[in-house]
Amino acid sequence: MNDAPLDTLPAAPPLVADEHVRTPWSEFWRKFKRQKVAMVAGAFVILLVVVAIAAPWIVPFDAENFFDYDQLNARPSLRHWFGVDALGRDIYSRIVMGSRISLAAGFLSVAVGAVIGTLLGLAAGYNEGWWDRIIMRICDVLFAFPGILLAIGVVAILGSGMENVIVAVAVFSIPTFARLVRGNTLALKHLTYVEAARSLGASATTIVLRHIFPGTISAVVVYFSLRIGTSIITAASLSFLGLGAQPPTPEWGAMLDAARSDMLTAPHEAIFPALAIFLTVLAFNLLGDGLRDALDPKIERR
Amino acid sequence: MIQYIAKRLLGLLPTLLLVGFLVFLFVHLLPGDPARLAAGPDATPETVELVRKDLGLDRPLPQQFLHFVGGVLRWDFGTSLRTKRPVSSEIGDRFMPTFWLTVWSMLWSVLIGMAIGIVSAVWRNRWPDRVGMTLAVSGISFPAFALGMVLMQFFSVQLNWLPTVGDDTWRHYLLPSITLGAAVAAIMARFTRSSFVEILGEDFIRTARAKGLDERRVVVKHGLRNALIPVVTMMGLQFGFLLGGSIVVEKVFNWPGLGRLLVDAVDMRDYPVIQALVLLFSLEFILINLIVDVLYGFINPRIRYR
Repeated sequence: MNDAPLDTLPAAPPLVADEHVRTPWSEFWRKFKRQKVAMVAGAFVILLVVVAIAAPWIVPFDAENFFDYDQLNARPSLRHWFGVDALGRDIYSRIVMGSRISLAAGFLSVAVGAVIGTLLGLAAGYNEGWWDRIIMRICDVLFAFPGILLAIGVVAILGSGMENVIVAVAVFSIPTFARLVRGNTLALKHLTYVEAARSLGASATTIVLRHIFPGTISAVVVYFSLRIGTSIITAASLSFLGLGAQPPTPEWGAMLDAARSDMLTAPHEAIFPALAIFLTVLAFNLLGDGLRDALDPKIERR
Repeated sequence: MIQYIAKRLLGLLPTLLLVGFLVFLFVHLLPGDPARLAAGPDATPETVELVRKDLGLDRPLPQQFLHFVGGVLRWDFGTSLRTKRPVSSEIGDRFMPTFWLTVWSMLWSVLIGMAIGIVSAVWRNRWPDRVGMTLAVSGISFPAFALGMVLMQFFSVQLNWLPTVGDDTWRHYLLPSITLGAAVAAIMARFTRSSFVEILGEDFIRTARAKGLDERRVVVKHGLRNALIPVVTMMGLQFGFLLGGSIVVEKVFNWPGLGRLLVDAVDMRDYPVIQALVLLFSLEFILINLIVDVLYGFINPRIRYR
């Protein structure tokens, strides 16, 4: 698992006590701005999202149903920027369309995992006792299956296909978020301001949602962006294994699998999807690193 | 010490039972009738009923579960639907190649990863750090199957230095273990660096420097031992990642191991094989984390076994 070290993640939002009025937002932006690499990565992610949304309008050819039979396995050219695959389809169009699948898979699966995991973590950390034991036991069991194995198990039950891959990857994101949020909740709930809220008669729901949850957000956000990278790789791996997106869907992992038989004559069929996955995941990882450095109060380097 | 291990083993029992129960339930979660699946698509209803009786699928669930646990304890996982051979011998044939692949990958990736992490921490924000961390972030961003294909294309096809598929000699192990270990090395490097950076800022390091120890002793004697504690925990988690990663890498290199067996089994809905493999992988993972916990105590004398 590409898990970031849980204990280096921020435990609480940066303290804002200064003569200027500094909101957590402006403080975050001040620190994030200084991270040049993360800024570039963030811009690249935004570009990717724009491309993914606009994909059907910007591709030069139909990604699934256009076949150029005269140029099977042709190298990159002016007409076909990334070349042509074994069936005569334009690789550039397929990569652009594939960005929708990979981004959606990465984002949706982590979002589902994060929401469920955060709720479970809050419940476990705040209530301790039985709730905590049951939820953490379930997490232990989920942790007992190495990441992709759990996903393969889920796909074996639900059947192959991209929707099921998303469910599978979400399932294995849940326990990590639950543990992360639980740890933060345990640390936050004994702080004075939470005690104060309780002594004013705030209900448990108010305390958890208004006072504890905001304290866990920065950790969740950092982990979210690092997790997207992992999830994109996992989803692509499942497709590569033939358990995810099925042909003719232009999924990057599936494209790499299809390129294996023509590696000798047409390596470009593998290079472009591989680059697409690499750059996308790299951008999310660099962005996550930058977010961590900007949100972690422990890091005040340079 | 022994008491501690025994206690931890006992503590694992509920998790093991739950894992076993989930794996057992797996058959019943599959869409369709497992008996029909086992009998094959062309079987008559009578045959299906016979198969159902034969597999014990007509008995009540708790009884089936006991039967399943009893089978597992006797290392009997039933028969593969695809090859009609016992699942245990199917797994036995494929176990060693995967085992060695994982062990070699783990060894090199942990050593190299930690070395890069230490170098990066000691020369923090200077060029060795930048090179090391650029490598590391690339390592976690490059999917194993793509890396494997690139390495095979370059070293086996273009340069013709190394064999492409198979597991006969040590040279067959080179590319797959590099592929499998790359991501782990990258994660270890990043983790070691952050752990080390934190330790190097501690008071006792300053004390060590103040009393005139040379830098190498400070790093090795005072830094390393303390920084290793979280790193060892991370190692255990990474092993699970390797077990999972081997599934993908084995497909790239056509490796005769458990990962490919699992993918084929999922493809063919060969559920006894899937069950046994999922159980085996999780068991390995749990055991390795137990070993890591014990190792932890050796490095960290502050932990007392109770």
